Amino acid sequence: MAKRIDVTGLTAFYGTHRAIEGISMHVQPKSVTAFIGPSGCGKSTFLRTLNRMHEVTPGGRVEGQVMLDNEDLYGPGVDPVQVRRNIGMVFQRPNPFPTMSIYDNVVAGLKLNGKFSRAELDEVVEKNLRGANLWNEVKDRLHKPGSGLSGGQQQRLCIARATAVEPDVLLMDEPCSALDPISTLAIEDLISQLKSRFTIVIVTHNMQQAARVSERTAFFNLAAVGQPGKLIEIDTTDRIFSNPSVQATEDYISGRFG
Amino acid sequence: MPATQTDSSPPGGLEPAPRRPSAVRPGDRIFSGLSKGAGITLLVIMAAIAVFLSIRAAVAISANEGNFLTTFEWDANASPPYFGIAVLLFGTVVSSVIAMVLAVPVAVGIALFISHYAPRRVAGTLGYVVDLLAAVPSIIYGLWGALFLVPQMTGLYSWLDQFLGWTGIFAYDNTPARSLMTVGILLAIMILPIITSVTREIFKQTPKAHEEAALALGATRWEVIRMTVLPFGRSGVISASMLGLGRALGETMAVATVLSPAFLINISLLESGGGTFAQNIASQFKEAGSMGRDALIASGLVLFLLTLLVNGAARLIIARRKEFTS
Ligand SMILES: Nc1ncnc2c1ncn2[C@@H]1O[C@H](COP(=O)(O)OP(=O)(O)O)[C@@H](O)[C@H]1O
Ligand SMILES: [Mg+2]
Repeated sequence: MAKRIDVTGLTAFYGTHRAIEGISMHVQPKSVTAFIGPSGCGKSTFLRTLNRMHEVTPGGRVEGQVMLDNEDLYGPGVDPVQVRRNIGMVFQRPNPFPTMSIYDNVVAGLKLNGKFSRAELDEVVEKNLRGANLWNEVKDRLHKPGSGLSGGQQQRLCIARATAVEPDVLLMDEPCSALDPISTLAIEDLISQLKSRFTIVIVTHNMQQAARVSERTAFFNLAAVGQPGKLIEIDTTDRIFSNPSVQATEDYISGRFG
Repeated sequence: MPATQTDSSPPGGLEPAPRRPSAVRPGDRIFSGLSKGAGITLLVIMAAIAVFLSIRAAVAISANEGNFLTTFEWDANASPPYFGIAVLLFGTVVSSVIAMVLAVPVAVGIALFISHYAPRRVAGTLGYVVDLLAAVPSIIYGLWGALFLVPQMTGLYSWLDQFLGWTGIFAYDNTPARSLMTVGILLAIMILPIITSVTREIFKQTPKAHEEAALALGATRWEVIRMTVLPFGRSGVISASMLGLGRALGETMAVATVLSPAFLINISLLESGGGTFAQNIASQFKEAGSMGRDALIASGLVLFLLTLLVNGAARLIIARRKEFTS
């Protein structure tokens, strides 16, 4: 079930280095929110605070509040493992488990949650591979290793793996940056379809992509190298690209820096 | 994956030096000649050794009055000689199997602890200690085994006898514990460091991307290890175990120091008796006559074949799932 995210005053550290500072925003359910900004401004870091992956990095630490509907993700007694089961993630480089078959990759997350019958698993595999527009390409080799697929297919497999556990939110960190243009279009189509089921947050360095797939866009920036990244503004994608309220956003969009 | 640079033209837009296709540089010729010569010499020496050993072994086996494979006695110096490897094969296999069963799970556990659980400082120290243990000479382990381990084992063995004595395998007669079981335990301790340090290095190389994929699915630390680290390190663990097994099969001094050898197969692994190929060669070589030595050589060749067989099997296991490892 898609949920909304409310972030208040979020600051993230790597050891003593303050990577992002004072970020507050709302992410609407069943919509696509894009994060854009120059590289190093903390988009990935911020994304990873939303499913508590940031603290996996040695020295990673977070201050501030992230609410998923009414649940405080950083509240006392909240198990980060449980948070990650509800908030899926797709990475920059396709990373299917190389020792597992395509089939086992899709159900990998499901198997962590409990026991399922073969028929149930079959159904989940078909539903999510269809959902990832990959079913027709792989249905005859479900038990072959996922590493035998092309990069674009591998990324769609990773999306199927993430959606198979029916998460509340799907986070994507530059999911197309390692892919060719055709595969990129396939993934963008897929994102547009998936937003009927999930809340989607996507980091992209490609502004056309943000314009194509997202309803709302957040622009991040940093004052100087070594300074913490900050959220400059978040608005509907139309407004960000046509009439942003901050000059820095307009400079970035029109290619004057970054 | 790093792209391999195949372009050999010099950087900086320089014209490539004109090639003289016919003229081979003298340095190249000397080096090529040297390496070819070394390679051929090595092969010839190895072939010569193999031929020499095989001939000597054949001499002993053809003079043998007993059955080389099934005879329990070892009277190779008698005339006619009467000997067989049954006891040695049994002792070698049993002690090595005990060593592997005990050492591999513990080694994998320690390696996982060092690579994925321990805080960085602890992991560093522990890794260093393990590497240090791998460098201890085997005679030291042997002395430690004879002076410390053997007396310590009697208590454990009596206890085992109390509960499992009825199986026969764990029967114990309260004699000094200079048995195949003690040898197996000592061998396990000896091969633990090498298996640990090799598997640790493999586990550390598990791609971060795969571990993060598992974490992002909501895997606990143990589940991450089960989904990514262990499958990734599987063939490495097998190779490391083979390294350890090779050492266990061929270990001489430590076994000779601890075991109280006898040419019999004792159903109880806790009671003394038995022998291993390497230990038997070391114990008998000095007093052996010419025929006795040839017989020992024959037994050594069997040990060699056994090692080859084990390694071949390991390779097969690794190759079977090659498709699923990238
Ligand atoms: N593992 C890490 N350890 C230390 N600093 C990091 C790490 N990852 C990122 N950073 C720092 O955090 C800042 C933000 O990085 P990142 O979130 O990757 O930016 P983006 O995704 O927008 O390119 C950068 O200054 C970067 O150097
Ligand atoms: Mg990034």
